[in-house]
Amino acid sequence: MSHTLIFNDTKDTRNCREGYVDAMYDLMKEDEKIVHIDCDLIGCVGAGKLKEAYADRVINCGIAEANAAAMAAGMKATGMIPYLHTFGVFAGRRIFDQIFISSAYSNLGIHVIGTDPGVTAGVNGATHMPFEDAGLYLEIPGAVVLDPCDYTQVNVLTKKLCKDDRLSYLRLIRRGFKLVYGEGSDFEIGKAVTLKQGKDCAIICSGIMVGNALKAHDALLKEGIEVSIIDMFTWKPLDEETLLRAAETCDCIVSAENHLISCGLGSAVANFLAANHPVPQEFIGIKDRFGQTALQEVLEEEYEMTSDHIINAVKKAIQRKGR
Amino acid sequence: MDLEKVYMMENDQSIKELKLFAANIRLETLKIIASIGAGHVGGCMSIADAIAVLYGKVLNIDPKDPLKKDRDWCVLSKGHAGPVLYAALGLKGYFPMEEAYTLNHYRTKFPSHTDRTKTRGVDLTAGSLGQGISEAAGAALGNRMQGIESYVYVFVGDGECDEGEVWEAAQFSAHYKLDHLICFVDDNKYQLDGFVDDVMSHGPGLAAKFKAFGWNTIEVEDGNDIKQIIDAIDETKANTGSPSAIVLHTIKGKGTFAENTHEHSTHADKAFWDKAIAKAQSDLEALKGETL
Repeated sequence: MSHTLIFNDTKDTRNCREGYVDAMYDLMKEDEKIVHIDCDLIGCVGAGKLKEAYADRVINCGIAEANAAAMAAGMKATGMIPYLHTFGVFAGRRIFDQIFISSAYSNLGIHVIGTDPGVTAGVNGATHMPFEDAGLYLEIPGAVVLDPCDYTQVNVLTKKLCKDDRLSYLRLIRRGFKLVYGEGSDFEIGKAVTLKQGKDCAIICSGIMVGNALKAHDALLKEGIEVSIIDMFTWKPLDEETLLRAAETCDCIVSAENHLISCGLGSAVANFLAANHPVPQEFIGIKDRFGQTALQEVLEEEYEMTSDHIINAVKKAIQRKGR
Repeated sequence: MDLEKVYMMENDQSIKELKLFAANIRLETLKIIASIGAGHVGGCMSIADAIAVLYGKVLNIDPKDPLKKDRDWCVLSKGHAGPVLYAALGLKGYFPMEEAYTLNHYRTKFPSHTDRTKTRGVDLTAGSLGQGISEAAGAALGNRMQGIESYVYVFVGDGECDEGEVWEAAQFSAHYKLDHLICFVDDNKYQLDGFVDDVMSHGPGLAAKFKAFGWNTIEVEDGNDIKQIIDAIDETKANTGSPSAIVLHTIKGKGTFAENTHEHSTHADKAFWDKAIAKAQSDLEALKGETL
């Protein structure tokens, strides 16, 4: 497993969703058991290319997500490998029982792709802005929960999932995103990526927060503060070994997520560290609020998720050390 | 004797065997439920005859190879009727019958709601109503994608049809022309809180609704009559291009005390269950004694 870091705070010309569609295009070519199931959002995820190439294996269920989820589980029981796409809000709240019983409890793992995680839903607003989607999946025993940050990471993880029989949930940013990883980077479910190694504080982040954390890193370095940046795209299984090492090295943590802090990455990190190596932790993420309409950049400011907010959190965490 | 007569006699013989099988299923279902002292007798008994026809005659299955690729599937979307399925599976030799006399005990392989991860021969997990019919539709489509020509049978309850997901699955199955999906609708007229018509009525009736969703729909006047069930299945198998619904007008609790109580589930002491089992046993013996 290796990676190259090419972050320079610029947006890719591609849409992030292409990372998923391109991976599926390759997978469906290689394996006739792989199916893309959708709920009248083929256009939104850009899966038209899959429909053109593999019409028989792109199943549009219409605007009926509950049936789509349980149907996908039934299909899995025959030996097919279903990937199910819908918006993250529906992937979480609307089909939770179908996912819980028909898929996870039944040991019929399907791969759920939830688009527009957190503030990336932007002007689609509160009804389409999932702050709790991954948290719901974290509650499902044995599930895999992933929050990737860019095209390359999405592409690699989509391919890794096809060999994985567990129920999985992948949060997929649809549109613009900041490039983090160079082509050829590899990722393993359950293994975080240490992007920067520092001694003063460890920032545990994923998704769109990786870019914000990297920006914070550079600014903090100018003030003589050295932080670790750990891309914990694998919320579950959590990379406990890397987390423990980071807590031992830095003695304080900042978790940064595009999600409710009460049931997301920060909670998972805190649960583990409280039992194994308690250190001060500051939480960046949504704090007991609903979504709203605005551009992503505005919302990042509104919900206190920017690099400046991370910088302040790091300083606060460092101050709390040894108290 | 002309051939037609021979055929009719064989047919009668087959129906008698299926009636005996159904009586046996009823007896074993009661024994299974009695092992924990409580269970959904009514909803098991209403479909006991259809289960007998499937497992006694129709399904392409192999108890020695429960997961064989080209098998027919049977899904209880009304998952709480698990015991009636376990009775059929046990009698077919999927497991020693005694194993099922552990219903809902700690660490049992026989929970009252069907569970594919626990019980040999159970194709899909259900119990959260509405989900089993979607799962069955997925199985039918998955099989078709792989060129497997087997049938998927699924049982939904009339009360279960309150669930919106049933109708999502209905439109999906019609859209994808899943003609190897056959859905039995157990129209026994009762749900947990009372008459279906009082709790949540179904407008023009469940047959009309499935028909409106594009299903080939057959109503069986006596859904506890072996011959009528066989004829309905034969008719649906001749249909192509759409899924089929067989609406069984059944009696909840058929053949047992529960015919009169209409209870969704029954909780009783050992003496009560002993009496119910003794009645089922004597019904079975009486049937054995009947001549053609």
